[in-house]
Amino acid sequence: MKVLVAIKRVVDYNVKVRPKADGSAVELNNVKMSLNPFCEIAVEEAVRLKEAGTATEIIAVSIGPKVVQEQLRTALALGADRAIMIETDSEAQPLGVAKLLKGVVDKESPDLIVMGKQSIDGDNNQTGQMLAALAGIGQGTFASNVEISDGKVNVTREVDGGLQTVALTLPAVVTTDLRLNEPRYASLPNIMKAKKKPLDILTPDDLGVNLNATVSTLKVEPPAEREAGIKVESVEELVEKLKNEAKVI
Amino acid sequence: MSILVIAEHDNASLKGATLNTLTAAAAIGGETHVLVAGSNCGAAAKEAAEAAGVAKVLVADNAAYAHQLAENVAALATELAADYDVLLAPATGNGKNILPRIAAVLDTQMISEIISVESADTFKRPIYAGNVIATVQSSDSKKVITVRATAFDAVAASGGSAEVVSLDQVTDAGVSSFVSEELAVSDRPELTAANIVVSGGRGMQNGDNFKLIEAVADKLNAAMGASRAAVDAGFVPNDMQVGQTGKIVAPDLYIAVGISGAIQHLAGMKDSKIIVAINKDEDAPIFQVADYGLVADLFEALPALEAQL
Repeated sequence: MKVLVAIKRVVDYNVKVRPKADGSAVELNNVKMSLNPFCEIAVEEAVRLKEAGTATEIIAVSIGPKVVQEQLRTALALGADRAIMIETDSEAQPLGVAKLLKGVVDKESPDLIVMGKQSIDGDNNQTGQMLAALAGIGQGTFASNVEISDGKVNVTREVDGGLQTVALTLPAVVTTDLRLNEPRYASLPNIMKAKKKPLDILTPDDLGVNLNATVSTLKVEPPAEREAGIKVESVEELVEKLKNEAKVI
Repeated sequence: MSILVIAEHDNASLKGATLNTLTAAAAIGGETHVLVAGSNCGAAAKEAAEAAGVAKVLVADNAAYAHQLAENVAALATELAADYDVLLAPATGNGKNILPRIAAVLDTQMISEIISVESADTFKRPIYAGNVIATVQSSDSKKVITVRATAFDAVAASGGSAEVVSLDQVTDAGVSSFVSEELAVSDRPELTAANIVVSGGRGMQNGDNFKLIEAVADKLNAAMGASRAAVDAGFVPNDMQVGQTGKIVAPDLYIAVGISGAIQHLAGMKDSKIIVAINKDEDAPIFQVADYGLVADLFEALPALEAQL
């Protein structure tokens, strides 16, 4: 079984981002970049499927400028067999990304596509669902468990009231939630080996995709600050304030 | 302008988030219809017809839609989309699951989780876990948008009398099927709809100690929540998680107990009207957003609070 893992390079989750002074964009100069945390979980799940003998080949794919090779090498060090970089300096929005990934799916015919449920920069939570729709296949979003058998995948999903399990005909798209697994760290020997694994480079033109963005960002700004209130000395005082001052109980 | 709102419901009743989404629809402006896709969902459709500002309710009542399978509901909504300029749904688990599929087939760049309507094509939405607010403008002729329910007031649940129309078409994509579900059963108000939420964090130390939270929540008729740290530690199930990657809540009163106040948690609750923090670490970041902070051992403060309510 062939597994395609789509990954994204994002601002590291420990970085406190802020808008540029002119409000045109988020400040990304000299900011640490990493593999999106949900994508790490996606890579880990693919590697576990291979270790279990279910998957035979893992292909990692990413989209962006040359530097996304760093994240693809990370995926290779974690256990992907080969990588595809779709090189572009244009901003790719979720629909454009989904179209590019659809192009890769058409070329590679994977049985399973695994990706993060959202990236922690744009917080869109769209790409996996869009890819599934464009490919006309099923989707198991916000996955906390994945089981493959007999041409199907059973995906347990984190839904608002608890958990829901759906059965999907393969090929299918799975998007990962936090509790699917705990990603491993790449070992030094594997990081060295990853440098020799194949990495192909494509362009959006090769896949016949136009990345015209139809949503433009007019402004970015910090959220409204919430002012700190007061410290109360005791539970009695707290209850009194909630009753008489805030009038919420 | 004509708008289709995809209802959030459990067949038996309409979920409140649908009413908040109708307010966003009114802000965009236009004749608003509601799609209720489900199985034996007549009761939910009736509630939708009574909601303020709804001109028509479309009901697709078929087993194919029983569990809100994205493949089937999206295929239906995509067929209906020809008649509408804007498709909206609350940014619930279902809304997030279904709407991108519709947008992709319509070749529209969807806009996720808006928190305000600036004009018919311009919206505000949080990015970077709510640390940045982006104002975005769409040039797509059809717009597909999810709405963060807590950012909009609810329209009146009664008083309307919309026409109810049954749809005959059945769109079963045939690639997915429902297997099972484990839904938390509780007499408490739903976390995202409750007026009061009491949440516990890593400071609770174990799942058993959440009984202390439960006792306070009982007195206040409150929902119970938790931080990601408490969920990841296995104290409580994931459906209780409040935060950027969990549920977004904005109750009248939010009581955070033993929660340090990581950015990820604050993103899920900082729009609450009144925030109370109880933590023994006086430097915990949660105090920077709390209206009332109590530096105390929660194992003493919670029973004392319960006794005084």
